[in-house]
Amino acid sequence: MAIGTIPNRAEPWWRGAFRRVRDVRLPWVSVSIVFVLLVCAIFSPLLAPHNPTQINILDGRMAPGEDLNHLLGTDIMGRDMLSRLIYGARTTVFISLVALGTGALVGTLVGLVAGYREGWFDAVAMRAADAALGFPTILVAMVIVVIMGAGIESIILAVILTVWARFARMIRGDVLNIKDMDFITAARLAGVSTPVIIWRHVFPNTINTLMIITSLQVGQVILLEASLSFLGLGLPIGEPAWGIMVSEGKAVILEVWWLSLFPGIAITVVVLAFNYFGDWMRDALDPKLRRL
Amino acid sequence: MQRYILVRLSQGIVTLFVLSIAVFISSHLTGDPALYLLGPEGTQEDYEQLKRNIGLDKPLPVQYGVFLSNILQGDFGTSPITGQSARDTLMERLPATLQLAGVAFVLTLIVGIPLGVLSAVNRDSIFDHLGKAFAILGIAAPSFWVAIMLILLFGAILGWLPTFGRGGVSHYILPAFVLSWGGMAGIVRLVRSSMLEVLDSEYVKFARVKGLAENMVIYKHALKNAVIPALTFSGLTLAGLLNGSVAVEVVFAWPGIGRLLLQGITQRDFPIIQATVLAAGLFYVIVSLVVDILYAYINPRIRYQ
Repeated sequence: MAIGTIPNRAEPWWRGAFRRVRDVRLPWVSVSIVFVLLVCAIFSPLLAPHNPTQINILDGRMAPGEDLNHLLGTDIMGRDMLSRLIYGARTTVFISLVALGTGALVGTLVGLVAGYREGWFDAVAMRAADAALGFPTILVAMVIVVIMGAGIESIILAVILTVWARFARMIRGDVLNIKDMDFITAARLAGVSTPVIIWRHVFPNTINTLMIITSLQVGQVILLEASLSFLGLGLPIGEPAWGIMVSEGKAVILEVWWLSLFPGIAITVVVLAFNYFGDWMRDALDPKLRRL
Repeated sequence: MQRYILVRLSQGIVTLFVLSIAVFISSHLTGDPALYLLGPEGTQEDYEQLKRNIGLDKPLPVQYGVFLSNILQGDFGTSPITGQSARDTLMERLPATLQLAGVAFVLTLIVGIPLGVLSAVNRDSIFDHLGKAFAILGIAAPSFWVAIMLILLFGAILGWLPTFGRGGVSHYILPAFVLSWGGMAGIVRLVRSSMLEVLDSEYVKFARVKGLAENMVIYKHALKNAVIPALTFSGLTLAGLLNGSVAVEVVFAWPGIGRLLLQGITQRDFPIIQATVLAAGLFYVIVSLVVDILYAYINPRIRYQ
């Protein structure tokens, strides 16, 4: 670490800045992939050359590179593949963000309260978390779809129901360690109320764990969303989502191979990037969790 | 030990109970079952009559009681779409799923464990790096897509393997591989890391100092201890097999309960949905119970917690 480093006045400022960026040792490849994904998701209307749901039967089944107007070809209905992939990024990011965000919020709250108060709430919450972690996710998702009908809400709810448990477990474990520390006792003696202790003194110490689990979960969430879309349990057929695109290519894979190939590569590359980034984050913040 | 089994058993029963409530709600709160059974031609009187006949005029808890007692007797009702008893359809499809899952599970272990051991023994060799790539891809690539790509490669381009339906041994190769890849990846990583740990331990060093042949050291002394975490993990992969089998059965047109369930959902065939969801839940609860008991048997520390 740079403890006691004396700034070298003779060095121009930009060289120092360059060195600092270089010394961060971010996993640049993963970060770039995630950056591209986010840019595609946010600016899809600007980036996509065509309307992703515009049907044009006459231009159907165009192979990649056949027409420079449709760089990655078109599907059976003549919809532009590149545009659908770009809008698919938006679908993936939106569902993952909402589902993972809500799951993290619920899980963290449950974990904080369960760890701090213990007792019956802890017992019930942890049994529920066990059940949620072990039970086959697809089965849960399918039961939800039967009750609520297919749609984006069902997918999001299914992801939340499985994701919250991992957060709750890990955060609770952290809280059990933190709450016996002297600064918590001191706060309690000073008459600080329990919610304030949890919010101001316990929660900030769990942020490392929170960041690690979040980054390790993104890949899983994206895969789950893609599988549910593939099975037709999410958005209606024809909408731009990578899982749906793979499924649309399934029946015609022998002639129109690019329909399934490209969205599958997109899913794999994005999940690889997030998994790699998650591993990096875990090693950087808390090497003890290597086996997570 | 008995107490431990008892606790696990009651947890399993609670899980199934919750699942049965969810399934009951799914058929009784989403639309009117009587209206759904009646079809479009029924009159108001038929409707009232049917409601009385199937007990829909009674309060919900009573209806749930009837529902539960029917299920416990193995009666899931008749599918209004095929006119067949849901139990018979389930029993027809169940063997296909169990066989595929069984083959995939065996494949996970007999490929995953040796691959992990070889990676650890030949650390940082090309083999180790390839094994790592295999594991990383197995975790990141969505199984439904891998399945389609393998059909394209081995079925269409090379023409080596059959790509759909159930038949001889060759029909199992592609679906079983796709189904097991994710679990295999986990086993490879786990065996590799625990093997590296064990190879660094005092008793392995002692065995070497004693002059034992390297193969003896690895397979007789190190492997036995390195494999325990992998066996525990393999229990967890079973839930993954259930997860994956829906997509794999759909892609390979495998006549199992995963495809049956998806079909039931798209056709809103409630007896089929109830039968398959509860069967899958029962399978999962039994397997995890067996794994937990085996694990407690191997590792006494768990029993006394």
